[in-house]
Amino acid sequence: MIVHFSQIATILLMVAGLYVVIARGNMVKKLIGLSLFQTSVYLLYILPGKVLGGTPPILDPARAVYANPLPHVLILTAIVVGIATLALGLTLVVRIKEAYGTIEEDEILAKEGPKENLKDRVRNRSKSGRGGTAA
Amino acid sequence: MIATHLPVLLILAPLLGAILAALSRNGVAAWLIGLVASALTAAVAFALLWRVQAEGVISYRIGGWAPELGIEYRVDAVNAFIVVLVGIVAVLTMIFARRSVLAEIIPERVASFYTMMLLCIAGLLGIAVTGDAFNAFVFLEISSLSTYTLIALGRDRRALVAAYQYLIVGTIGATFYVIGVGLIYLVTGTLNLGLIVERLASLQSSRGLIVAEAFIVIGIGLKLALFPLHAWLPNAYAYAPSSAAVLLASTATKVAIYLLARFLFTVFGGHIDVGSIAFGSLLIGLSLAAMFLASAAAVVQNDIKRLLAFSSVGQIGYITLGLALANPTGITGGLLHLFNHALMKGAAFMAMGAIVLRTGTAKLDELAGIGRVMPWTAAALTIAGLGLIGVPGTSGFVSKYYLILGALEAGHGWLAILIVASSFIAVLYVGRIVEVVWFREPAAAAREASEAPLEMLLPMWGLAGVTIWFGVHAEWPAGLASAAADTLLRMVP
Repeated sequence: MIVHFSQIATILLMVAGLYVVIARGNMVKKLIGLSLFQTSVYLLYILPGKVLGGTPPILDPARAVYANPLPHVLILTAIVVGIATLALGLTLVVRIKEAYGTIEEDEILAKEGPKENLKDRVRNRSKSGRGGTAA
Repeated sequence: MIATHLPVLLILAPLLGAILAALSRNGVAAWLIGLVASALTAAVAFALLWRVQAEGVISYRIGGWAPELGIEYRVDAVNAFIVVLVGIVAVLTMIFARRSVLAEIIPERVASFYTMMLLCIAGLLGIAVTGDAFNAFVFLEISSLSTYTLIALGRDRRALVAAYQYLIVGTIGATFYVIGVGLIYLVTGTLNLGLIVERLASLQSSRGLIVAEAFIVIGIGLKLALFPLHAWLPNAYAYAPSSAAVLLASTATKVAIYLLARFLFTVFGGHIDVGSIAFGSLLIGLSLAAMFLASAAAVVQNDIKRLLAFSSVGQIGYITLGLALANPTGITGGLLHLFNHALMKGAAFMAMGAIVLRTGTAKLDELAGIGRVMPWTAAALTIAGLGLIGVPGTSGFVSKYYLILGALEAGHGWLAILIVASSFIAVLYVGRIVEVVWFREPAAAAREASEAPLEMLLPMWGLAGVTIWFGVHAEWPAGLASAAADTLLRMVP
């Protein structure tokens, strides 16, 4: 139990994040869960990079054991990807809020009933114009 | 001099093009940049293919660092095949996109639209050429993030929800993939695919590897819309701007299939413990479910774009079936179907883009008789549809023929029968389109419409033309696919 403490913590975070994504209908909460899920992967990569008794990987004649620097570098990239995803996701949520007036998934689905489709159809036709004159 | 740097030029052309297009802030300039960049990409892709055929595998070290420390781009018969496909589709989509984008995208967003198209192309090509598992993740996210943006640029507000849902599912998929790659890194200590294969041979326990395979297959499965993981795809294709739908339908899922094949055969196939688990039969089951259920769902759709999207899920089933057969003929059939399906589905989505441009609708019941006023567009759509069925004389027939041969070779006669049987479902949905488009009295939408502009007809007929050409003269794509299949299988003991 103690031996695998870090792995267990990682898995708990992973599952908790994924659960929030699946169970929540609120689009912002879903994104929070998604971030949690991605963060657990950062731990998964970084933890094994720790070498017991190792120092930071700076060459020094007095030291022989270094921590593995590669996972940190990889995760730096993954963090950037995570931030980009979160930013894009939140932008979409803002646009969805503007378009629908809500960010609850079930309410949005309810608004896309057959009646709404008919309205959209009319709106689309008047909007898209013809022959590129819209530009 | 330039010849040695071809693999990286392939990525640089669209990547730098994307930056220039973003800086230009001008729709016309951005389109020109997009056209030049994708034409360069296509030229480099063909040059790469030619070099691979002449000299064999090309290994390129980014920044001159050897593998293990540095990232290696590795182009062999498999990547070259995929890269050429993406190159062809990219350049034709760019030609097609101009008129469609003018009509569908708000003017101030046009430059960003082309930026995202180029970023998406760069990401897809990156996945295809890289020989580094983590680098593939980075490119996967580059292409995915730009794809979410492309979908959200659709005019319908449902495009936003489709993009959001795809973002959630796509990120879960990419994260699953990166978890799998992390586990592989833990057991082998390297991220280079070639070195992973070498070190797996001396692995003591395959437990970590089996978990890694599960994560990677599910992760990529989400990206390629493997049957039960396809829920994001129909809305994403239906509400994306028409030209974005062309690019996504023809390339995005195909590159993900390439990545799956690479991992299944090159990485996991080399290790006996993992190679022997029953994943092949699971993949056959899922492929069959896609071929029947997703195609059946296509039959009842009213929006033709959604219909084509469900048909894509079904056709992906044929491709993964070919991979699951795991014999040279089956994989050749799968890869050939990947190639042919990309071209015919590109033609179909281009035809729909032209119809939406002229009529403003993609609803089947409103498009009655459209074939009488837009004969060339409707004919291209029909040819693509015949290809989806697999009618003799179209490229779809050739790839399904290989698949059936592969199934017989593997001793699964019943599979061959099911391949033929599922094609009849395609007859139903293509038949619905053909009946409404050609044989009904023109409705209101059709009476006001006129034939699509020439610059849209040319790329559309380019793709529809090769659908017929490769149905009669299949030597070139079949040769490429069979060389790719041999390369994939050489790794299997």
